[in-house]
Amino acid sequence: MIVVWLILILMVGGALAWVTEAMDSRLPRLTALIVMLFSLIVVVMLCMNNFPDPLSPGGQWLVLEKWSWIARFGIYLQVGIDGLSLLMLLLTVFLGLMAIGAAWHEITERPGFFYFNLLWTLAGVVGVFTALDLFLFFFFWEVMLIPMYLIIAIWGHENRAYAAMKFFVFTQVSGLILLLAILCLAYFHFVQFGRFSFDYFELHNVVLEGRFQMLVMLGFFIGFATKLPAFPLHSWLPDAHSQAPTAGSVLLAGVLLKTGAYGLIRFAVPLFPEAAADFAPVAMTIAVIGILYCAKLAFAQTDIKRLIAYTSVSHMGFVLLGVYAWNIYGLQGALMTMLAHGLTSSALFMLAGGLQHRFHTRDMGQMSGLWAKLPKMSAMALFFSIAALGMPGLGNFIGEFLSLLGAFQANHVAAIFAALGLIFASVYSLWVIQRVFHGEFRVPGDHGAGHGEAHGATAQDLSSSEMLCYGAMVLGLVWMGMYPQTFLAMSEPTMAFLLESLGSFVGSVVSTAEVLP
Amino acid sequence: MTGEQLLLILPLIIVTATSVITMLMVAAKRNHAVSCFITAVGLVLALLSLIIVARHAPQEVTPLLLVDSFNIFFTALILLAGLAITLFSYPYLCNLEDHQDEFYLLLSIATLGALVMVGSTHFITAFLGMETLSVCLYGMVAYPLHRQETAQYPMEASIKYLVLSAVSSGFVLFGVALLYAQIGTLHFADISAGITQGIANGPGSEYFVVASLLVITGFAFKLSLVPFHLWTPDVYEGAPLPATAFLATVGKLAMAALLMRFMSVSGVLQSDAITNVLSIIAVFSILGGNLLALLQANLKRLLSYSSIAHMGYLLIALLTLESATGAASGSPGTSLGAEAVSFYLTAYVVMSLGAFGVMMVVSDSGHERDHIGHYQGLFWRDPWLALVFTAMLLSLAGIPLTIGFIGKFYVFVAGVQGAEWGLLAAMVIGSGIGLFYYLRIVYRMLTPLDHDDPLPVAGIRDVIPHGILLVLLVALIVPGIIPGSLMALLQSVVQSL
Repeated sequence: MIVVWLILILMVGGALAWVTEAMDSRLPRLTALIVMLFSLIVVVMLCMNNFPDPLSPGGQWLVLEKWSWIARFGIYLQVGIDGLSLLMLLLTVFLGLMAIGAAWHEITERPGFFYFNLLWTLAGVVGVFTALDLFLFFFFWEVMLIPMYLIIAIWGHENRAYAAMKFFVFTQVSGLILLLAILCLAYFHFVQFGRFSFDYFELHNVVLEGRFQMLVMLGFFIGFATKLPAFPLHSWLPDAHSQAPTAGSVLLAGVLLKTGAYGLIRFAVPLFPEAAADFAPVAMTIAVIGILYCAKLAFAQTDIKRLIAYTSVSHMGFVLLGVYAWNIYGLQGALMTMLAHGLTSSALFMLAGGLQHRFHTRDMGQMSGLWAKLPKMSAMALFFSIAALGMPGLGNFIGEFLSLLGAFQANHVAAIFAALGLIFASVYSLWVIQRVFHGEFRVPGDHGAGHGEAHGATAQDLSSSEMLCYGAMVLGLVWMGMYPQTFLAMSEPTMAFLLESLGSFVGSVVSTAEVLP
Repeated sequence: MTGEQLLLILPLIIVTATSVITMLMVAAKRNHAVSCFITAVGLVLALLSLIIVARHAPQEVTPLLLVDSFNIFFTALILLAGLAITLFSYPYLCNLEDHQDEFYLLLSIATLGALVMVGSTHFITAFLGMETLSVCLYGMVAYPLHRQETAQYPMEASIKYLVLSAVSSGFVLFGVALLYAQIGTLHFADISAGITQGIANGPGSEYFVVASLLVITGFAFKLSLVPFHLWTPDVYEGAPLPATAFLATVGKLAMAALLMRFMSVSGVLQSDAITNVLSIIAVFSILGGNLLALLQANLKRLLSYSSIAHMGYLLIALLTLESATGAASGSPGTSLGAEAVSFYLTAYVVMSLGAFGVMMVVSDSGHERDHIGHYQGLFWRDPWLALVFTAMLLSLAGIPLTIGFIGKFYVFVAGVQGAEWGLLAAMVIGSGIGLFYYLRIVYRMLTPLDHDDPLPVAGIRDVIPHGILLVLLVALIVPGIIPGSLMALLQSVVQSL
C-alpha cells in the first residue's frame, strides 16, 4: 500500500494546493512543501529497511503488490520497490523539494495551479519508478507529461508555446511507439500462453524470434531514448529546458530524464537480452556521439540554460554507455551518474534561474564578473560546475568513472572516445565560470550612467533559504563522492539480479564489493 | 408480427410517436419549451423501454430488423446522444428569430432513422434508415435559413450535403442492385453464403468486388473518409451547432454501427481487394484528416477534419474484423476487433459531444463562437468550461486518464492482433500530428487575454447544459481509469454479431 499512499499523498496534496489558493496565495507553496516533506519521510523510512537477499523467494523486492485492474487484458495494478526504484524515488522526492524551493519566490502567478501541476508530475514519476505492469507503467509515463506541459506552457519564458509543444509531441510520439512495442509483447504472450499479460515477470517468458525481437526492442529503445535523451532524439530538450521555469527545469533535468534511463535498465534490456546484446555496439556508439557532439554544442551556446541543457544530454550519454555495457560496473556507474547528475543539473538550473530572476536575461554575453557582487552564488556555481565536470571526490566522478570502467570491458573504442567527454566537460564548465563570474563586473543595462550599477547593486546574493537548498545538494554530492557505498549497496541486489538472470554481455558478474575496496 | 415482436421494436414506436405528437402540438399551438420537452421525454421513454427489450432473447423482427444486444447498445447510445443534443439545443435556439419547434421534429425523425440503421441486417432497412437520417439532416443543417446575416452558410452547407449525400445514396443503391443481381436477396447474411460459394475470390470475383466497393463507397461518404470527405468541413461549418453535433455524433455512430454489422455479417472482408482498398482509405483518412486540421482556425472545421482522422482510426479496427472471423473459432481474441470498434465509437461519441457541447454552451443561434480566438484565456475566465473542453480535447488526442486513450489502446491491440503494421504506423504518425492542433486549442485557452474581451464569459447559464457537460466529463474519465466494466459490457454486446 505504501506506493499507493505515496502517489495519493502527492495527488491529493496537489489538489489541496489548488484549492487553498482561494484562501491565501501563499498557502499553495506551503501545502506543497508539507506534502513533499511528508513524502520524503516516507521514502527515507523505506530506505531504513534491510534489503532482501536477491536469491530469497521474494527476490530483491522490498515491496511487491498486485491488484486487479482491467481483467479483459490481464492488466494489474502491480507495483514494486527494489533498490533501484527506491534510489530513484529518493532522488524524485528530494528534487521535488528543491523544485519547490526554486519556485518559492519565482512563481507568483496562479501559484495554486502551479503546485498542483508540480505535485502531479511527481506523482506520475513515482508511478513510473514503481510500476511493474507495463500498461500501468505506460499510463504513468503519459500522466506525468500533461502537468509538465502545462508548467512549461503557462509559466515558461518567451518562446514557451513552441518549447512546450515540441516537448509534448516528441515524448508523445515516442510514447506511442513504446505502447505499440508493449502491445506486441502482450499480444505474443497471448499467442504463446493463451492470455494477454502486461506483467513484467510474465513477459520475460515471451519468446520472440530474432528479427522481431529486435524491432520490439527498438520500440522500447526509441521510447526511452527520447526521454533520456540520446543523440538524434535530443532536440526537444534544449528548448524545453531553457523555456521552462526554474522548477520545471529542475524536474525535467533531475527527474524526468531519469525515467528514460530507468526504463532502459528495467525494461529495454532485461526483456530482450539477445536483441539488446546485438544492439549494444550501436547504442554505445550513439552514447559516444551524444557525449562528444552535445559537449561541443554546449560550448557554442550563449544562453546559459541552453548550455546546461546540452551538458545534460552529454552526461546522459554516460548513462547510456554504462547501461549497454551491461556489467556491474557499467550499471552501477549509470545509476550513480543518474543520481549525481540529478543533483548537479538541478543545482545549475536553479543558479541559472537565480541569475535570470536577478538580471532578467540568460545571455552569458551580458553578464560578467559577478563574483564581486554575488560571492555566495558564484561559489556555489563554481562548486556545481566542478562537480559536473567530474572532479574526484564528488558524485559525478564516481558515476562517470564506473561507467567508463564498465564500458571499457565491453567496448574499448567506445570507452576511449567517451573519456574525451570528460575533457570537453572541463572546458565548457570552466569557460562558463570564467565568463560569467570572473572579469570586470557587468550586468544587463549597464550602459554608463549608473543604471546598471543600481541594477547590480540591488541584486541580492543567495538568501539563507536558498543556501539551505544548495547546501543540501552539496552534501548529497559529497556523500556520493566520498562514500558511494551507501547507494551502491542499495542498488546492488537489483543489479546483481538483473545480471545473474540474464548474464552479462561481456565478462562475468562481479560483486560491487570489488568495485570499491 | 407477434406481440412480442412489437414489444421489441418499442423504442422505434416511441420515437415515431414522439415525432407525431410534436407535429400535432405544433399544429395546435407553437411553444418552443413544450416541443423540446416532448422530444426529451420521448427519448427518455424510448431509453426506458430498452430495459424491457433487453429482457428478451435476440430475435429477428421480420427479416428486416434484428433486435439483439448489439442493436440495444447502440440504440441506447444514439438515444443518449440525441437527448443530450435536444437539451443543448433549447438554450441555443431560444433567440432564433424563427419557429424553433420543427428543429425538434427533424431531430426526433433523424434519431428514428439512426435507430433503424443500427437494427438493420437487410439492405432495405439500411437504406431506409440512411435516407430518413439524411433527409432530416438537410433540414437541420439549413435550419436558421431566415436569419439574414447567417443565412448564406446554412443554405450552402445544406445544398452541398444534399447533393453529395444523394450521390452517395446512388452509389449504395447501384451496389445493392449489383449484389442482388448476383445473389438474389438483400439480406446481409446471404452475402456471406455467397462468399463461401466462392464469389469473392478467384476468377469472376470482379463483379462482387465492384458491387461491394460501391456499397462501401456510399458508406464512406457518410463517414466522410478520404477521398469522400470533401463535404465535411463546409457542412460542419455552415450548419448550426446542434445540427453539427448531431451529424458528428449520431450520424457517424449509426453509420459506423451499420458498417460494422454489414462487414461482420456479410464477411466482405474475406475479399483481399476490398481489404486493400479499405486499408488505403484508412491511411489517407488518418494522414489527410490530421494534416488538414493542422492550420484550421475555425473549431468546427478543425473538429470536422479531426473526425475524418478518427474515422480512419476506426477503420483500422473495422479491418481487423476480418482476422477475427478468419481466425480459428473458439480463440478468445476473436471478438477483439468488434470490441475495439464499439469502444472507440462510444469514446468518440462522448468526446465529440463534449467538445461540441462546450461550443454550444458559449454560443447561441445569433453568435456562434466557433473561432479559436473566442476561447483565448478561457481557463482564467471560466475554468469549468475550459476544464471540460481540455479534457475532451486531450481525450481526442488519446491521452491517458480519458476514455479516448483506452479507445486508442483498443485499436492498437486490434491492429497488433491483425498484424496491420502499416496502418498502425499511420496511426502513430497521425496521432503525433493530431497533438499539434488539439494542444494549440488548449494553449490558446491558457493564454491570458491581452485586451478587454468583448465576449461574455459564457453565453448560457442554464443548469441543464452544464449538467450534461458534467455527465459527459464523468463518462470521459471514469471509463478512462476503470474501463473494466465497459469492456465487459461490450464484450457481451458484440457476442451477438
